[in-house]
Amino acid sequence: MDLQSQESILRLSEQHGKDDLIVLIGAPDAEAAEITAETVVLGDPAYAGALAGVQLGLDVFHVLEDEVKTAIPDDVWEAQIGVMEDILDTDAVSSAVAGMRGKSQDTP
Amino acid sequence: MSNPVISGAAQVLAHAPGLARHGSKPRRELPRDGEVESSFLGSLRTFDQAVAYPPHQAYIGAIHPRAMPERPWFATTDPEASRFAPSGELMPEDELLGLLAAVDHFDLLVLAEDVAEQAAAALAGHPLAKHLDLDRIERAVGDVEKVSAEPGALGLHLGAHRLGAAMRRGDEADEALSAYVLLDNLATKATATLSLLHLLVNLDVDPASIDYVIGCGEEAVGDRYQRGGGNMAKAVAEVAGLSEASGMDVKNFCAAPIPALVVGAALVASGTFQRVAVVAGGSLAKLGMKFQGHLRHEMPVLEDVLGGSAALIEADDGASPRIRLDVVGRHRVSAGGSSPQIMEALAVEPLQRAGIPMTEVDDYATELHDPEITEPQGSGNVPERNYRTIAALAARSGAITKEELSDFAATRGMPGFAPTQGHLASALCYLPHALDRLRGGEAERVMMIAKGSLFLGRMSQMSDGMSVLLEKNPEGA
Repeated sequence: MDLQSQESILRLSEQHGKDDLIVLIGAPDAEAAEITAETVVLGDPAYAGALAGVQLGLDVFHVLEDEVKTAIPDDVWEAQIGVMEDILDTDAVSSAVAGMRGKSQDTP
Repeated sequence: MSNPVISGAAQVLAHAPGLARHGSKPRRELPRDGEVESSFLGSLRTFDQAVAYPPHQAYIGAIHPRAMPERPWFATTDPEASRFAPSGELMPEDELLGLLAAVDHFDLLVLAEDVAEQAAAALAGHPLAKHLDLDRIERAVGDVEKVSAEPGALGLHLGAHRLGAAMRRGDEADEALSAYVLLDNLATKATATLSLLHLLVNLDVDPASIDYVIGCGEEAVGDRYQRGGGNMAKAVAEVAGLSEASGMDVKNFCAAPIPALVVGAALVASGTFQRVAVVAGGSLAKLGMKFQGHLRHEMPVLEDVLGGSAALIEADDGASPRIRLDVVGRHRVSAGGSSPQIMEALAVEPLQRAGIPMTEVDDYATELHDPEITEPQGSGNVPERNYRTIAALAARSGAITKEELSDFAATRGMPGFAPTQGHLASALCYLPHALDRLRGGEAERVMMIAKGSLFLGRMSQMSDGMSVLLEKNPEGA
């Protein structure tokens, strides 16, 4: 995740609290989705940005996950996301992000 | 009004492994870690490796991108591969240093004596020798160790270790005239000039017959009072001997080449000018941009070449492919910024407006970045993503079925083969191939699509893009 986005997410989590924040990812492949999710859950794996060593444990979803899709009106989904759903590997990106979600709770 | 055509295109690469450390990324990263620096310097390619690299052969027009072998490409050895090809060449680094000196009208580049001799001798035997001011190479000789130690100067290497040249700054306090910025601009000027000269000689066109030159490179020429003042185009016109031409630059990040072609064609269609050349040089700043990914995957530093491109637009000659000014796509402010929305505006809407089914376009040329360069650094396969988007839009428009999606992308798209100098990768690199296929009857129509990331400049969160259709000349054989 780029350094600017890391700073923004850190700032928003301080302003609004972690419980009222959900991170939505639009990464096109599983690898990028997983790294992005990891950054906002466990911290920046590249140790380069504002989230290096910062375990925010935020709730994170890929925009193609069912939980997100059902929360969005059908016409908006169709206009904004529909084509990408045809193109991307929904299962792979969804499970990459779902696997990372809640990981910070595993560690004491 | 006359129908504008593109009568020719040329494309060059210049091997610059020694200059690669002055790319923006290596320039920032190498001084911080000696181990990374020695790993970088130990991973530079030889000239023969660069010539044999299949994407380079595709770039200079020796093979069609769809005829490239299976990946990996970087391990390719091919003693038969030639530096010269129908559309241009891949120039070795010693000749590049000579070329930089030959186009340096402010005597800022200093060459070591042996480097100058080597470059002058090699360039004297170059097919374009009589078009180059080779006397400047001799006049550039100086003490490179001494000059590179001057305040603000930059030592330049041939390959990993041989100090062969030095670049002086243009002003002691003006950042826009630092040695680094001027080297970047001079590299653009040299490679744009080289491609324009190849174009003129290939087409046997009188340089004095060209009225106007449009630059569409990524450089910013200027001084502290106007950092992007511009007109690289006229600087190139001057050194290439276009005595009757004037010029200007079209700026639009990586998307600039398509607006440049459209503006050039409009100037010809309106009768304002008879012949317009569009030129772009390479971006030194992009060299080594993704080197960390390459080193991590034990690959050579693949961003070690500067590109260049030139095209000639003129009134209908009854043979050359037409540029359809009535089939131009643009990314409107209100179009939306998601990838499919941008592609809808560029690849679908203009064809719909003209009543041309998407399946009647033989080739779609879009961002054709070499995936072997981008994937190791996590940037994915850019052209593949684009082609899947175009194919999905074709399926949604009813032009193809969902089952035909992969076939559409494979046969009307192509693997990426361009260096990551985005303006060259943005469709422009396909122009020589497009012209060949449209002339030879292998294709009827080619869609050229370019996109640019405006948000990088922090003045807008938007992207931009433009597309234009090329078509076989109906009067041609």
